[in-house]
Amino acid sequence: MCLAIPGKIVEIGHESSNLATVEVVGVRRKVDLGLLQDDMPVLGDWVLIHVGFAMSKISEQDAIDQMETLRMLGEAEQAIQEVRGYGLGEG
Amino acid sequence: MKFVDEFRDATVITKTAEEIRRLAGSSRRYRFMEVCGGHTHAIYRFGLKDILPENIELIHGPGCPVCVLPMGRIDDGLSLAHDPNVIFTAFGDMMRVPGTQGSPLEHKARGMDVRIVYSPSDALKLAKANPDRHVMFFAIGFETTAPSTALTLMRAKAEGVRNFSVFCNHVTIIPAIRAILDSPDMRLDAFVGPGHVSTVIGCRPYEWIAKDEHKPIVISGFEPLDILQSILMILRQLNADEHKVENQYKRVVPWEGNRAALKAMAEVFQLRPYFEWRGLGFISQSALSIRDTYAEWDTEQRFHVPGVRVTDPKAAQCGEVLKGVLKPIQCKLFGKECTPEHPVGALMVSSEGSCAAYYNYEHRKAMVHIMGQPA
Repeated sequence: MCLAIPGKIVEIGHESSNLATVEVVGVRRKVDLGLLQDDMPVLGDWVLIHVGFAMSKISEQDAIDQMETLRMLGEAEQAIQEVRGYGLGEG
Repeated sequence: MKFVDEFRDATVITKTAEEIRRLAGSSRRYRFMEVCGGHTHAIYRFGLKDILPENIELIHGPGCPVCVLPMGRIDDGLSLAHDPNVIFTAFGDMMRVPGTQGSPLEHKARGMDVRIVYSPSDALKLAKANPDRHVMFFAIGFETTAPSTALTLMRAKAEGVRNFSVFCNHVTIIPAIRAILDSPDMRLDAFVGPGHVSTVIGCRPYEWIAKDEHKPIVISGFEPLDILQSILMILRQLNADEHKVENQYKRVVPWEGNRAALKAMAEVFQLRPYFEWRGLGFISQSALSIRDTYAEWDTEQRFHVPGVRVTDPKAAQCGEVLKGVLKPIQCKLFGKECTPEHPVGALMVSSEGSCAAYYNYEHRKAMVHIMGQPA
């Protein structure tokens, strides 16, 4: 339920929308940065994503470790499926 | 210990385990509760029980939002799916959770418009794409998830999307911990604190556990080494006769939490006077409802919700397991009437529930040991 998925910010949208494109093991989707208003991530930053919203900024090493943890927990596929499922800002 | 070699930090893990063993000694029994369902899953999956000494017992806490949701709330939410004008949306985790009239997935099979969303934002987007219908989002989760629902509702209001509402089942972790500590048959020495909830609420809300209840609590990450280090930090406190809040997961959890997230929650939600938890009963001020200023986007204020109450089957001993009085396998129904495929009690419902985790790892392992590997 409480999957926290690491992603890298590869594109920042308009300031008004709070949306940014993240990449999670090759999958690119939009996520919402609204919960990080006090400490906005910039291009190239890594974040932990939960239900389509970036929850916290993390280091690149922590992001790699977190993906490995998800893999060990048997939740990596589920995480990628979740990211693929995000439809934020499209269509 | 056979899994240790597979871990990234195998050497450090072995050393940490040795230090835990040394500090735990053998003269005393320790009972620690890991509050978060994610930790429960990780503990079983990584086989950490096999690494820890026998005199440390881990009690699996109430932190699985799917498990603690009363069946009546599922019935309430699904009652609206009967309206052909309504699109019922929920996270994938909810889809197989049984109500008395079946799960959301079974309602979909009967022709109702039930859809999985991966984000509350996507439910709002669906509402914008279907202006002639009403999109209802069945919201569950602790403080990890509630801010995302809050931001989505703020956006719905700002954009004037009126065909969207949230059936709010968000719960808060602190009152559940208090209820467990207040229970007369409870004996716990310390807590492994939840990781992702704490990214939002920070570490301060746990201070009463240390100050008033005199029990250590260590906020922990989810890697095997994180959990072992947290247990080590707890033992160090206990051996020094200390009790404080410590943060093992500093790389993700700020002491003060996430102010923007807390602000969004305060804008949209208020505490319910009381809320029912499966396995624990009614707990005062333990859940969130939507403020009147967002009444138009609150399923419960906007529609007639029947308010179904379903008593948990008496034979299921979820409450005792949640409080650590019984181990999952000691429940009369465990592995017989109650399995992950056909859950009777709350803790078998999700893979993060302690009974399902126990069943999936320990029970299957034991059966393989008894019956041999399947052909």
